[in-house]
Amino acid sequence: MKKSKRKSVIPGFGITFGITMTILSVVVLIPLCSLVIFSAQLSPAEFFHTITTPRVLKSYWISIGCSFVASTVNAFMGLALAWILVRYEFPGKRFVDGIIELPFALPTAVAGIALTHMTTTNGWIGKVFFDFFNIRIAYTPLGIIVALVFIGIPFVVRSVQPVLEKIDVQYEEAASILGASRRKTFWSVIFPELLPALISGFSLAFARCIGEYGSVVFISGNIPYKTEIAPLMIMSQLQEYDYASATSIALVMLAIAFVILSVNAILQSMVSKRVSGIA
Amino acid sequence: MRLRKENAVLKWTLIITCELFLALFLILPLVFILETAFAQGLAAYWNSITDQYAIKAALLTLKATLWAVGVNTLFGLSAAWCITKFAFRGKKIISTFIDLPVTVSPIIAGLIYVLTFGRQSFLFPLLDKYDIEIIFAAPGIILATIFVTFPFISRELIPVLTAQGFDEEEAAALMGARTWTIFRKVTLPHVKWALLYGVVLCTARAMGEFGAVSVLSGHLRGKTNTLPLYIELLYQGYDFTGAFAASSILVVLTIVVLVLRVWLEGRGNKDLDILK
Repeated sequence: MKKSKRKSVIPGFGITFGITMTILSVVVLIPLCSLVIFSAQLSPAEFFHTITTPRVLKSYWISIGCSFVASTVNAFMGLALAWILVRYEFPGKRFVDGIIELPFALPTAVAGIALTHMTTTNGWIGKVFFDFFNIRIAYTPLGIIVALVFIGIPFVVRSVQPVLEKIDVQYEEAASILGASRRKTFWSVIFPELLPALISGFSLAFARCIGEYGSVVFISGNIPYKTEIAPLMIMSQLQEYDYASATSIALVMLAIAFVILSVNAILQSMVSKRVSGIA
Repeated sequence: MRLRKENAVLKWTLIITCELFLALFLILPLVFILETAFAQGLAAYWNSITDQYAIKAALLTLKATLWAVGVNTLFGLSAAWCITKFAFRGKKIISTFIDLPVTVSPIIAGLIYVLTFGRQSFLFPLLDKYDIEIIFAAPGIILATIFVTFPFISRELIPVLTAQGFDEEEAAALMGARTWTIFRKVTLPHVKWALLYGVVLCTARAMGEFGAVSVLSGHLRGKTNTLPLYIELLYQGYDFTGAFAASSILVVLTIVVLVLRVWLEGRGNKDLDILK
C-alpha cells in the first residue's frame, strides 16, 4: 500500500484524506459510535419490554403496512411513468420528467400540511370523497398511505427509466418477427429486464417510507393504536427524555430497514442470474 | 422499418392516467398551498411572511443551509479527490459510511445526535466544561442538516472524477504544478457542473429538513425554529394563512430548484459524454 502511495505523483493525499476523515468522523462516525455505546448499555429485558408494548408493536405494523401499500401503488405508477417517458412522445413530456422530482425537493412538512388540509372532510379532495363515498382520508391509515405515495413517486421511476432506455429495440423486433404479440413481447422480453430495477426502486421507496416523518405526522392525526407510525413513537419517547426506549424502538426500525435492503440485494442477485441464464 | 405497431388506445390511456396521477398528487398540492396562502388577501399574506418570527425562522434556515452546503462542498471535493486519485485501503468502507446518512430515518438521525451530545453522552462532561451547547440549540440544527445532506455533493462528484481518471493531474504534477493549481486549473473545470448540481440538491434538502431538526431543536420561537418547524407551529395553532404563506416561500424555492436541476443535468451529462 505504502508503495503505491509513494508512486502517485499527484499531491494532496494527506490534506484531502485528513479533511475527509475529520468531517466523516464528526458527522457520521462519532455519532454512530455513541449509538452503539448507548445501545450496549440497554438491558435486554428493558429492550424487549419496550419493543413489545402493544402500542409500539401496532405502530410497527402501521408503518410497515402503509409503506407496503404505498410502495406497491408507486411500483405500478412508476413503471407506467417510466414507460411513457421513455417510449412515447406527448405534450408536456419535459414537464412531467421535471416534476417527478418534486417530492425530493419539496420540504416534507410543507407537503404534509398541504396534503392534510386538502383531505380533511372540508378540503378540496376530502370533501368530495366524504360526500360521495363516505370515505375519510385525513387522520386515517388511508391518509398515511396518501402521504407515502407522494413521497415515494420518484424512486421507482428513476430506477426503471435508465434501464428501459438501454433496452435494445432489436430484441423486441426479433420477438415480433418470430410472431410474438405485443403483450407477449412485453411480458417475456421487456419485463424480465426491468424486474431488477423495479424491485430495487420498490425497496428504496419502501425503506424511505418506513422512516418518513414530516409528511406523515400531520395527515395521520396520531391516534394511538390506529394511526401512530413508528418514527412518531421514537419522537414521543424523546419528548419525554426517555432515551432508552427511543433507542430501542429505533434499533428495531434500523433492523427492519436493513432486512428490506438485504432482501433487495438477494433478489437482485437471484433475478439477474435468471435473466442472464435465459440470455 | 417499424415492425411494432403501437396501440394508440393503450398509449393514450397510460399517458392520461399518469398525467392525472401527477396532477392529483403533485400539482394540486402546490396550487392548494398558493391558494390557501392568498385566501385572506394580499395584506394578510404580506403580514404573515414579514412577521418577525417568520423572518427569524427563515434566517436560521438560511444559516443551516449555508453551513450544510459549505461543509458538504469541502467534504465532497476532498472525499472525491482522495477516493478517485489515490489507491488506499478502506475506500469501500468510507463510501459506505458516506452514503449511510440518507438511508437512516430523519428521526433516528436526530436521536443519534441527542445520544452523542446530550446529557447521558460520554462527551457531555467535556461539552459542559467548555459550556458548549449543541442539542436544543443552533449547532445541533446545523449538524443535523449537514448529516441528512451528507452524501449529496460527493455522490455527484465521484462518478465524474472516476470517468475523468488522473492522467491530466499526473501530467500537471510532473510539470511542477502545485496542489491548489492542479485543482483549480485541471480538476475543477471538469466537475463544475456536477458540483453545482450537488449544491442544488443539497440546498433543496437542507432548507426543507424537518424530522431530524425537529428532534434537535428546542422549539423556541425566534431562536431555534427553522422555517419548516415554524410552519408546523403555525399549522398546529390553526393559523392556516400563516402556515401556507410561509410554505409558499419554500414552494417557490422548490420550483427554482427543480428548474435548475433540469438545466444542470443537461450540462452535466454533456460533460460526462465528452469524457467518455
